[in-house]
Amino acid sequence: MKYLIPKIKENEVTSRDLFENRREWLKMMGALSLGSTIAPATLWAAAGRKLGPLEKSLYSTTEEATAFKDVTRYNNFYEFGTGKEDPVKFADSLKTDGWKISVGGEVAKPTVFDMDQLLKKFPLEERIYRLRCVEAWSMVIPWVGFPLHKLIRAVQPTGSAKYVEFVTLHDPEQMPGQRSPILEWPYREGLRLDEALHPLTILSVGVFGEVLPNQNGAPIRLVVPWKYGFKSAKSIVQINLTETQPKTAWNLANSREYGFYSNVNPAVNHPRWSQRKERRIGEFRKRETLPFNGYGEWVASLYSGMDLEKFF
Amino acid sequence: MDKRAVNLKNCVLVAALLPLVFLVVRSYLGELTANPIEYVSQATGWWTLCFLSITLAITPIRKLFKFQWIFPLRRLFGLIAFFYACVHLATWVVLDQFFDFESMLLDIKDRPYITIGMSAFVITSILAYTSRKSIRLALGPQRWVHIHRLIYVIAILGVTHFYLIVKRDTTEPLVFAAIIAVLLAARFIARQKK
Ligand code: HEM
Repeated sequence: MKYLIPKIKENEVTSRDLFENRREWLKMMGALSLGSTIAPATLWAAAGRKLGPLEKSLYSTTEEATAFKDVTRYNNFYEFGTGKEDPVKFADSLKTDGWKISVGGEVAKPTVFDMDQLLKKFPLEERIYRLRCVEAWSMVIPWVGFPLHKLIRAVQPTGSAKYVEFVTLHDPEQMPGQRSPILEWPYREGLRLDEALHPLTILSVGVFGEVLPNQNGAPIRLVVPWKYGFKSAKSIVQINLTETQPKTAWNLANSREYGFYSNVNPAVNHPRWSQRKERRIGEFRKRETLPFNGYGEWVASLYSGMDLEKFF
Repeated sequence: MDKRAVNLKNCVLVAALLPLVFLVVRSYLGELTANPIEYVSQATGWWTLCFLSITLAITPIRKLFKFQWIFPLRRLFGLIAFFYACVHLATWVVLDQFFDFESMLLDIKDRPYITIGMSAFVITSILAYTSRKSIRLALGPQRWVHIHRLIYVIAILGVTHFYLIVKRDTTEPLVFAAIIAVLLAARFIARQKK
């Protein structure tokens, strides 16, 4: 399969302040050139540091981004508690410096990367994506990251690689939520290899032009915009290419409600939340939920011939 | 009714409305998370269940501690629970669904927790209605008591409704379930002793 990966080089960073003031932003558009700043070698740093320069992506939506304060305080990240505002309160205990991510399994070149190596190797882009949570709310988030396929190609998958598994850090000292058995820790997620190689699938290291805050899955997380949010594993330490379908956290917890695919699908009924509609955070009236979260034109072909009510 | 009982009732009424007042104030201050409608929905549901449990506790407390003065509060707490249930339902109809009747009917049909919550609400309305003195007298004490035992059904439905909503962390609904089980057991034991 071949994908067109659109690219526009621009020396722009879309920063948090700009997003908070959309009109200003539109006015300034042409003239804008925020000097983006840190040399790659010292790039990796605490949350809040500016990332750049960023390439813009044609995959970005033009919809208005959700407010920074909502994106960074309303989170499902059970490693820090089950309340929506637990992660922003408690994620300080996560230590991201010296973070390593090992990529292995069915690959010719298993590699352990540190964050600086990743950022040197893979240029960062801004990807403004819709995020649809299975709990029937949604956001628009300007992620900063790079396509996962670049990383996977770099480690050279073998012929028997069919799936990709993502594993979150397992350390109850740093992630106190892991002391309670609400999920089987560590959090694990998985994609089919073609889903993982799809150009929409990214590894994200930032939001709003800044290093990811801990509560958003620092320092590196998956973003798969056409699937429910829980598929996008956070604070990843390990990526494995596998021959068999990996076990995934929510599917292990409740396989009737959370399938392996978990593509956003208004037609698949869920016993807790109607998936027909969603509330965009910051808005009052609900809006219709779109199949594949509106990314059908790019991803529907991955599933041609599959009964998506069965493989939900 | 003597003056002390009236004062007590007024105090309870004011105290019981405080959670709602706080909710309104905090919503103006923007303190109800990024998803205030969900927050209000959960808070009003929580207080409904809380006042239901308090209502259930009145009779055991009166019997156990011989607090006769507490008795006039039973109907009041029941009505407060009904009031919070109405606010809870209104939150759903107005804020959450915005009168989207098709969606609401589908929810009642397809989502067990809504079906159960709705059933609990219907029974609660019946009890609120028949709590009026004229109706109580018309029904006669025995039939009235029989009907009002339905409060246990409401409590059990309410806890089940709560249990079905939470995704993984079932601690809170289980705590409510335990409280209600104890209150039920107290009732039962008291009856055996008689
Ligand atoms: C006597 C009746 C009822 C009781 C005791 C009750 C109780 C509760 C409780 C305890 C919660 C969970 C609060 C939390 O998460 O902390 C809740 C949530 C909820 N209830 Fe009810 N409820 C009742 C009736 C209803 C009715 C009639 C509806 C609507 C048809 C309803 C809709 C909801 C919804 C949508 C939520 C979930 C909000 C969310 O998590 O997003 N409830 N209720």
